[in-house]
Amino acid sequence: MLPFILKRLGLALLVAFTVSFISFSLLFLSGDPAAALAGETASGEDIEAIRTLYGFDRPMMVQYGEWLFSAVRGDFGESYYFKLPVASLITDRLQVTMLLGLCGITFALLTAVPLGVAAAIRPNSMIDRLALFLSVAGQALPSFWFGLILIVLFSIKFQILPPSGAESWRHFVMPTIVLGYYAMPAIMRLTRAGMLDVLNSDYIRTARAKGAGEGRVLFKHALRNAIIPVVSLAAVQMGFMLGGSIVVESVFALHGAGYLAWESIARNDLPTVQALILIFSMFYITFTFLADVLNAWLDPRMRSA
Amino acid sequence: MTEDTLLEVRNLTLDIPAGGGTLHAVRGIDFDLKRGETLSIVGESGSGKSLTSLALMGLLGNSIKRSADVMRFDDIDLLTASRKTMRSLRGNRMAMIFQEPMTSLNPAYTIGDQLMEALLLHRRVGRAKARERAVELLEKVGITSAGSRLGQYPHQLSGGLRQRVMIAMALMCEPDLLIADEPTTALDVTIQAQILRLLVELTREMNMAMILITHDLGVVARVADKVAVMYAGELVETGPARPVFARPSHPYTRGLLRCIPQPGKTARGADLGTIPGIVPSLIGDVTGCAFRTRCAHAQPTCRKQIPVRGEVPHQFRCVHADGAISAERETA
Repeated sequence: MLPFILKRLGLALLVAFTVSFISFSLLFLSGDPAAALAGETASGEDIEAIRTLYGFDRPMMVQYGEWLFSAVRGDFGESYYFKLPVASLITDRLQVTMLLGLCGITFALLTAVPLGVAAAIRPNSMIDRLALFLSVAGQALPSFWFGLILIVLFSIKFQILPPSGAESWRHFVMPTIVLGYYAMPAIMRLTRAGMLDVLNSDYIRTARAKGAGEGRVLFKHALRNAIIPVVSLAAVQMGFMLGGSIVVESVFALHGAGYLAWESIARNDLPTVQALILIFSMFYITFTFLADVLNAWLDPRMRSA
Repeated sequence: MTEDTLLEVRNLTLDIPAGGGTLHAVRGIDFDLKRGETLSIVGESGSGKSLTSLALMGLLGNSIKRSADVMRFDDIDLLTASRKTMRSLRGNRMAMIFQEPMTSLNPAYTIGDQLMEALLLHRRVGRAKARERAVELLEKVGITSAGSRLGQYPHQLSGGLRQRVMIAMALMCEPDLLIADEPTTALDVTIQAQILRLLVELTREMNMAMILITHDLGVVARVADKVAVMYAGELVETGPARPVFARPSHPYTRGLLRCIPQPGKTARGADLGTIPGIVPSLIGDVTGCAFRTRCAHAQPTCRKQIPVRGEVPHQFRCVHADGAISAERETA
């Protein structure tokens, strides 16, 4: 197991390095950063002055090396817009986003996996149809609309939950549901399909022939094998939730990292955008790595890969 | 039912709802089995052999309708037994080995875990005791360095080894009845003989009854005390192995025997026999002899009730009093 983990870790670092280079160079490809920073009314001289001031006139590899060297030490430079160190700017926002993401994926897993298992035990039953309805609705409902409906219901009509902000756990209830509900359908369908497949396999028949009870057959013998693709999917969705919760953050006025990314892109706040892209991709890489390790623990056949 | 009868089955019928009608997969079969005896059920694919064994284990899917006049295992009535009773029998007093060793073991758990599970489910023993028993049985089924094998996973073992593990697993609780459903079909020919010999030795040693399901008559001839030839959900010929092989009475049994080469008897280069046609559909009402569509000696009366011929224990079902043996000699 240890050689496998080390191998995967090395691979993850390689990917992280590549991603950092691509994300850094993409911003240069999107146009002249000095011109963008100077604004539309700036003269050619102004642009040149800004170019020298921010060091854009140096070779790109030098700039990248310098940026990466600082970044690994937690220094992402200063935000053009806020005039604050990017690192401190991001830390606050990231806490909100990470809390929301963790709550969202937990909510999604805790509802989708049991529903998927229940649906697979009795295909075409009432519970299967209900699960199918929920997943179709989950895929069809736009997050912003679903969020607004919840606000209308629970904040305005019943007045039991605050509509916006991030001060207490109660502020996170509705955003968690909206974010989690978005991830639920895929997890549920995959759990159901995996369980159906595994429950028809020969080794499940063997377990029954041994005299194992239904609970043992389902949870010890079947679920462990059926959950493997779900782990990989959940890792990707978790990464997506952290980077892509902009809509949910806007609806509930939670000032998280997703919202900050959107603001910074609109303001051409280059250091902030670069830092966020790097951090979001690090999350993806970390979750994928953790999912690989978890899957290797679940399925010994993967350990040799 | 005599003293040492372990299993008694009368008029076992299995119906599967299929499309608009009903598939009469198994139609009124009878057999019994004494302790230590080996019964071989022979027939081609789809004849209902595997369904019969799953019915005994109580492992049929919910959609399959099972009925019988008698289905008794030792002193337990399998027809009325609760789920809990069935569960306490499975893996304990009746165990089963399946056709596919490659897929019959759970890929996520070690061989040791899976072996010990059977014992831990049914006996009040600790893990250390269970482990000891697992090693003992792995050695018994001829696996070397058994202790270190316990930590291995199924994908690290060959097909032959996995089938040995399956056998060891079935024997963990010393069952009275072992059902082996085509245990050698998926294995290399050289391994087939080893596994078969192993099964025979173990049944003798443990005085265990065995139902061996196969389509290979060569296998049957070597190990079975009794033979039941199954065709399209019916037992067409039953009896002690020796007379059935010496005087195969049902035209289908003779057809099957002509399909296998016999050393010294079958001439070099001569064609092996085949049975023309395919197994009939069993959907809807099935009356008369199911083999009549493929039988060279079929006649109009084959559509009617088929009498049971011969004397206990060697019996067969055919309209011809001699199973058309004389007719066959004339044409030959």
